[in-house]
Amino acid sequence: MTRFSETSTDNGAAPTPDPEVVTSLLDPATTAESIGDYVRAWGVRIRNGESGMLPVVLGLVVIVVIFQSQKSVFLSAGNLTNLFIQSATFILLGMAEVFVLLLGEIDLSIGYVGGVAGVVTVATAAPPGNHPWWVAIIAGLVVSTLIGILQGLVVTRLRVPSFVVTLAGLLGWEGMLIFLADREGGTNGGGTIRLSNSILLDLVNGNLSVAAGWVLLVVGVAGFAAFLLLRDRHRRAHSLVVPPFGLTIARIVAVAIAGFAVVAICNANRGRIVSHPVQGVPWVVLIVLGTFIAWTSLLGRTRFGRYVYAIGGNAEAARRAGINLGRIRTAAFALTGLTAGLAGVILTSQLGSISSNVDGGELVLYAVAAAVIGGTSLFGGRGKMLYAVVGGLVIATIANGMGLIGLSASAQYMVTALVLLAAASVDALARRNSTRNS
Amino acid sequence: MTFPADQAGAGPDYSGPAPAAVPSSGAMADTADTADTADTADTKWILETRGITKRFGAVEALSNVNFHVAAGQVTALLGDNGAGKSTLIKCLAGIWEPEEGQTLWDGNPVRIRGPKVATGLGIETVYQDLALCDNLDIVQNMFLGRELTSSRLLDEDSMEKQARRTLAELSVTTVRSIRQAVGSLSGGQRQAVAVAKAVMQNARMVIMDEPTAALGVAQTAMVLDLIRTLRSRGIAVVVISHNLNDVFQVADRIAVLYLGRLAVEAPVSAFDQQSAVYAITTGRFDATAVGA
Repeated sequence: MTRFSETSTDNGAAPTPDPEVVTSLLDPATTAESIGDYVRAWGVRIRNGESGMLPVVLGLVVIVVIFQSQKSVFLSAGNLTNLFIQSATFILLGMAEVFVLLLGEIDLSIGYVGGVAGVVTVATAAPPGNHPWWVAIIAGLVVSTLIGILQGLVVTRLRVPSFVVTLAGLLGWEGMLIFLADREGGTNGGGTIRLSNSILLDLVNGNLSVAAGWVLLVVGVAGFAAFLLLRDRHRRAHSLVVPPFGLTIARIVAVAIAGFAVVAICNANRGRIVSHPVQGVPWVVLIVLGTFIAWTSLLGRTRFGRYVYAIGGNAEAARRAGINLGRIRTAAFALTGLTAGLAGVILTSQLGSISSNVDGGELVLYAVAAAVIGGTSLFGGRGKMLYAVVGGLVIATIANGMGLIGLSASAQYMVTALVLLAAASVDALARRNSTRNS
Repeated sequence: MTFPADQAGAGPDYSGPAPAAVPSSGAMADTADTADTADTADTKWILETRGITKRFGAVEALSNVNFHVAAGQVTALLGDNGAGKSTLIKCLAGIWEPEEGQTLWDGNPVRIRGPKVATGLGIETVYQDLALCDNLDIVQNMFLGRELTSSRLLDEDSMEKQARRTLAELSVTTVRSIRQAVGSLSGGQRQAVAVAKAVMQNARMVIMDEPTAALGVAQTAMVLDLIRTLRSRGIAVVVISHNLNDVFQVADRIAVLYLGRLAVEAPVSAFDQQSAVYAITTGRFDATAVGA
């Protein structure tokens, strides 16, 4: 497979420099002619450490097998639905972190920013205001977005490293959270504010009807399939670069199977009382899915998303291309704040209350872990929203399974640490192999 | 995937030194410091500087430089380190503005106040570091900052078609897929992508800073071919290079800077390697002084 035939007057067969290095950066989806080619190209990438999500998915399978062998209830419909709900906060915070990680920045404050958004939401919905649920959510999200903009402006205008700015945020917004929780919770609240709005509670605790779940699955998969197939046909017709057709089919089948599994699990009756069946897809699954689709489109199909990747890849090149670095960076911090706010609202709905005890420090570390476990680079330019989804699932699975087995918190932390370390090592390996000295 | 094989090497074949402006005795009245053997009256210059001077504090990085570039010709800009080559191209690219002198574009005086003005005129600069994002693919790099959109979403199909057309026109046929990340390309291919990015913006003059530095033999040949292709398309090419072999292979004209002054500017036929080295190191040009 000769990749190089440099146009040269002497027609000399040109050497292929560093074939391993070069191949490791090739996305098989754009270079493979057939599904067989694709699999081979992927093999090379994995050997070079550029393995994408494969190790994470394999790791997830191993973790699941271990937990299931220890505790048979692990794979029950009830527990799996519970796991989906638990993973929502990690996934949303992970997606929030992806925006800034892609720029090569970091946001350590998102745990407490989410907490502040939760308090604002609860307080807006509570007496004396008694505002409707959507006003409450908007209020919370506006506050978290403004916090993101503020931190982004300090980073871009004053050129303080984002690590320091958001470390200050980690402390400062915890203070704000305690202050607000104490004030809103009242003297006998003990820093805890209960969520009384039933719709806000239903964000996590309410379910779609069984029929609605199936209908949504069919519509969603059909829509995804139609989108991919139409694009494939269009691009083939115009002889543009297309992934192998087999790969497109494989993607559709994978999404269909995953979707079917989730809906089937959630639609099984998980209630303990026979007369009161509990079944249906939790609303929160849809919220996470919607956020995922929105942010994936934003990163993949808009100028803003393209510039985020460009700045993370080579900020100087982006600057010379006329991109306003400050504006894109600030917008990314704003989106991080917005998504963190959503995570805070979901967490509040899940807990049924918000308190000054929210451990935002731990949440943010899990968020970074979720993004990095999935394959997002801490050095910028590499990562996807999908990585945060998978990473968030891994972290929730570990927490859930360890809790079931009854392992102590100490073991739980250490196992999570090992998983994170393993994932980060894979990232470092990939970088080392793909670094070019040109 | 590759581009059609029949495109390979489709560019015109320049085997020998290209025809250059004929030197004549009718040189314009020049400033005392500059020995200009070219006939500036006969050729239509796309770009001309008249006595431009650029100072950094007390240091005169450029003094009274009269530099000429013709469309469809390759002008090599030579000079030792600190001779003012970078300063001169940065003045042309709009990074800096000279304090004195005049710049003419198509014969009309212009003030290149910023990079946007330069690109607006059709002056594109390919810097030595190429300014490419390794994590983005070729199409994404070529359109960086100038993406095509339809209803606010990126129009990947149009961008890919246009990028493919531009690369084919430049006879860049070696990349496996124009959707591969630029980080996976060879040095010569990266240079080609950077040039294609410049050309796609309807460049009329392309300035290349050390395009063959750090490239191997085959890759250098590829870049030199690319430069010839640009010339055949009527684009003015300014090449800064330390490699005299490369310069003599592609240049139509040579300009030598020495300590901020234009030592000599002449068709390549007026030079041989020794006289070029002599001009670079001493700032004096005399075809008979050496190698005779």
